[in-house]
Amino acid sequence: MSAHVTATVYTSHVPAIGAAMDLGRTDEEYWVPLFEGYEPSRTWMADNTPDVIFLVYNDHATSFSLDFIPTFAIGTAAHFPVADEGWGPRPVPDVVGHPELASHIAQEVILQDFDLTIVNKLAVDHGLTVPLSLLFGQLDRGPDGGPAGAWPCPVIPFAVNVVQYPVPSGRRCLALGQAIRRAIDSYPEDLNVQVWGTGGMSHQLQGPRAGLINREFDTAFLDGLIADPVRVAAIPHIEYIREAGSEGIELVMWLIARGTMTDMSDPGGPAPTVRRRFYHVPASNTAVGHLILEDDVQRTREKESA
Amino acid sequence: MADDKPSAKPYADVPGTTIFDADQSRMGYHLNQFCMSLMQADNRKRFLADERAYLDEWDMTEDQKQAVLDRDMNRMISLGGNIYFLAKIGATDGKSFQQMAGSMTGMTEDAYRAMMVAGGRSPDGNRYRHEWERRDHRPIGEADQ
Repeated sequence: MSAHVTATVYTSHVPAIGAAMDLGRTDEEYWVPLFEGYEPSRTWMADNTPDVIFLVYNDHATSFSLDFIPTFAIGTAAHFPVADEGWGPRPVPDVVGHPELASHIAQEVILQDFDLTIVNKLAVDHGLTVPLSLLFGQLDRGPDGGPAGAWPCPVIPFAVNVVQYPVPSGRRCLALGQAIRRAIDSYPEDLNVQVWGTGGMSHQLQGPRAGLINREFDTAFLDGLIADPVRVAAIPHIEYIREAGSEGIELVMWLIARGTMTDMSDPGGPAPTVRRRFYHVPASNTAVGHLILEDDVQRTREKESA
Repeated sequence: MADDKPSAKPYADVPGTTIFDADQSRMGYHLNQFCMSLMQADNRKRFLADERAYLDEWDMTEDQKQAVLDRDMNRMISLGGNIYFLAKIGATDGKSFQQMAGSMTGMTEDAYRAMMVAGGRSPDGNRYRHEWERRDHRPIGEADQ
């Protein structure tokens, strides 16, 4: 038995969503449609909690300033504190890592020619904690309103530079996902692993064009990510910027997660099953997109043992 | 110079948008690192107590310092600031990300918020600089309602 990818999850990671949950504002008219959209996903997640989440996200000038700008950074620590991004840390538990699997992935992926930066000290920001909150829901708080308890499973943070241009290409991200899949497959312990891709969808946070939203682009991206990720991976940087806004380019991170699915490593392998698809505008300045894609692990294993 | 080649920065013709590339990052290094310092509560307090004195501790240009004092977000971005770094100034001032983003569009806070609730700024007419030049630099979504 080895570790195996059971599903991939995709979601925007808008900081205002975390703030709405932390401040108890999820019942407000503005937020109700968004949180209702994630309700079925929370039920699915409660029934399908993995042993480990490999979470692709980006740091937003929190742990990585302009002193160091790694393109791909993997968190191999046992513990990742929740960052203070200037408004105080979110009242959610610190993140527990999985150093053994993370170190294994780092080694195996570097051997496949992806030059990862290995990070043992990392405070995680909303890019990582908002997806956890969206999929696991509101956790209990301590008597002082601060965090209590723990997230349901360990998380390996995988940070991608999408702040300073050029960000890695979609094609590179898809291939990296394929390399990560091979690394997970070669880990000699029976672990149920989910890979999450976060960020996006269309949004622009800066300049007179701020507020750009492109529903048509986002819809086509979701369609393509499900059915034809190789085509989506060929979208050039300029198309993201022009069509999805300067910050919409975060969507390349979704391709890393997509690359870890069976049909990407085995061309004849089963296509993933769409368990959930949701799209909503707006959360603050951003279009929110969400997918859950399940791999048919049983069928893959039967094929392998045949 | 690479800048002279038309293909070097294909994003230069996207209107109302500054891509934070290597040139912007080099220009904005000290401005952005000043912003990072505001992640610490003590520094936020010291900055607010005497902004000019705090800025003078940083190797920033006078233009950059003035843009910070003026809270002129578009100017800060043109001088190498990056939005995720500049957001630390907004946090220090108690502003939300939406207030910060909206402040760069020339719209009022209410109008910007209403535009987002109505589905955001359409890409139509907002893809190329020449589309704005025809419209006297007026971004679509701003004055049409």
